[in-house]
Amino acid sequence: MSVAQLIKSFTLWEFLKAHRLTLKYFFKPKATINYPYEKNPISPRFRGEHALRRYPNGEERCIACKLCEAVCPALAITIEAEPRDDGSRRTTRYDLDMTKCIYCGFCQEACPVDAIVEGPNLEYSTETREELLYDKAKLLANGDKWERAIAANLEADAPYR
Amino acid sequence: MLQAFAFYLFAALVIASATFTILARNPVHSVLWLILAFFNAAGLMIIIGAEFIAMLLVIVYVGAVAVLFLFVVMMLDIDFAELRASFMKNFPLGIAIAAVLLAELVLGIGAWQSGGLELGTASGEAAPLLGRSNIESIGALLYGRYLFLFESAGLILLVAMVGAIVLTHREGRAVRGHQDIAKQIARRPGDATVNTRPESGKGVTL
Amino acid sequence: MIPVFEGWGMSYEAAWTVSTIAGILLIALPLMLAVAMVIYVDRKIWAAMALRRGPNVVGPFGLLQSFADGLKVFLQETIVPSAANKGLFLIAPIITFTVALAAWAVVPFNSGAVLADINVGLLYILAVSSLGVYGVVMSGWASNSKYPFFSAMRAAAQMISYEVSIGFILICVVLWAGSFNMNEIVLAQRGHGLGIVNGFVFNLLLFPMWVMFLISSLAETARAPFDLTEAESELVAGYQTEYSSMSFALFWLGEYANVLLMCTLNAVLFFGGWLPPLEIGFLYWIPGFVWLLLKIAFFFFVFSWIKATVPRFRYDQLMRLGWKVFLPLSLAFVVLVSGWLMFTRYGA
Repeated sequence: MSVAQLIKSFTLWEFLKAHRLTLKYFFKPKATINYPYEKNPISPRFRGEHALRRYPNGEERCIACKLCEAVCPALAITIEAEPRDDGSRRTTRYDLDMTKCIYCGFCQEACPVDAIVEGPNLEYSTETREELLYDKAKLLANGDKWERAIAANLEADAPYR
Repeated sequence: MLQAFAFYLFAALVIASATFTILARNPVHSVLWLILAFFNAAGLMIIIGAEFIAMLLVIVYVGAVAVLFLFVVMMLDIDFAELRASFMKNFPLGIAIAAVLLAELVLGIGAWQSGGLELGTASGEAAPLLGRSNIESIGALLYGRYLFLFESAGLILLVAMVGAIVLTHREGRAVRGHQDIAKQIARRPGDATVNTRPESGKGVTL
Repeated sequence: MIPVFEGWGMSYEAAWTVSTIAGILLIALPLMLAVAMVIYVDRKIWAAMALRRGPNVVGPFGLLQSFADGLKVFLQETIVPSAANKGLFLIAPIITFTVALAAWAVVPFNSGAVLADINVGLLYILAVSSLGVYGVVMSGWASNSKYPFFSAMRAAAQMISYEVSIGFILICVVLWAGSFNMNEIVLAQRGHGLGIVNGFVFNLLLFPMWVMFLISSLAETARAPFDLTEAESELVAGYQTEYSSMSFALFWLGEYANVLLMCTLNAVLFFGGWLPPLEIGFLYWIPGFVWLLLKIAFFFFVFSWIKATVPRFRYDQLMRLGWKVFLPLSLAFVVLVSGWLMFTRYGA
């Protein structure tokens, strides 16, 4: 060990240098945002909470083709279908297990009528596990609630599809 | 009144915790009761005005020695069944020691009742310095009258320490994973890596 | 305070008891409040140096965060593991907490403002801080779980190792001050640096002692970078792993009370305690405890600053630093300081 290094180690030189650096950081502006009050912008392609959409006339889009059920890699979607009174094919059951979902977005890519989509909502934590087992009513309600944001996102992303 | 109360409190606690030291089934509990006994003994020292001794008792016995006891006892895996089995074997010896202790106690009480020996009053150089804190008195005694004894006690302890180190120190046998931290700290990127720009197809010489 | 109570027609003993209890409350309650605030400050400083915000939701600027945490912890259930040694398991945090408070009895907050103005004040602090290890060791053993036990072993070895060098450093201070009494140590620092600045730290022989004391006090309170007893990457939460609710909170409070105590010791032993930093007349208009609080706050900032800067030591590095660097160095300085005093003050 050379004399210079000896002096360096006994004067704690490197520790002092490190402390100067952290003191500089102490006065720097924060890198984090004030989360629940401030939020980062999210992309139109953001894959958040699922929703089942309706046509503007109020008719549900889903035609029970079960493509989403087939493509889902996590087997989170369960669909049962029957012809409705007017003869059109509709789902009687559309269950989505949000605890299984991996948010890959394959369902919305597979959907021929843009019925199942992943919306921009990412704050839907629950207190119980059961609340995360979505059924058709919940998904349709989500669609009604988030329709404007979802439509805007789809529009913004349309040129790149 | 306060002093008497404090004395009886500390004294009772010393005796109680000393009793529990012996009676506790679990050796760790025994050590903890022993620590309580040390601590209360320090309290008694304070009452007689020997605050320096009291603090040293706490620092040395409670703070260091008892921690080592606790360390060892906690690490031991003690089999209680075996301990109880060997109890009968050692019973005669235990009775003998108890008899000796009892005899000493009786003798001691007898001697005390027949009037005190003239040992209690300090005189001459050994007397505590009046009006000075007992740190100064102890210092004056240790480094004055008892200098030789004090220094030789220190020397004996030093020898014991050196002996312990000699017994456990392993120099020759290379201990696996031995590291020289100063060497590690002194190492710089330049010692281990080289930046070269070899021409294509030529390779580098290492 | 005793004459005041005696003036109200109490006997001396009653007045003494009442005034002692009042003194204890006068120290312990503000201390608890300070600990709560200091936990918040610690988190804020640490966050700021990592470019984060830290707690900022509960109360203005998040000032009430510690109280919210305290309430949460208070309302939780105390869980005692079924394999634990129940008595010791519950006594351990109480010991840690009590010992952390007990040491404050001899801290001088102003000229003569000490709860117990005893001759051996510094020894008392050393004795009490050496008791602190029992809370940790008992909790580690009583939890009957391997991580707490490892942590307890580490804590015991670490605290004993650093107590040795702290002892020698304190001897240097005591030699220079000529007393174990905390108040007299503070008074001995008056005008110590060329008659202008107050504090032993401006002494060339004692300055290295202060640096070592600062580092040793980090190790003694098991604070970063020496927080090996609760190294979460190896030992989960160390000896606190099995604790919950108030028993956990008592550890937490005791730990920070100890950190504050070490900050206070830095201020009292090396930076002139309640004396103003400069020996100028008008600075004495500001009461002594304000100066002491300012110094404690400064040292707490330094502690947090170090926590935010230095990565955790490895265990063998910690032991090496304690036994192979600090112990010989502090021993050498004891010889140097006593030799210097022998020649200059006592004229050998």
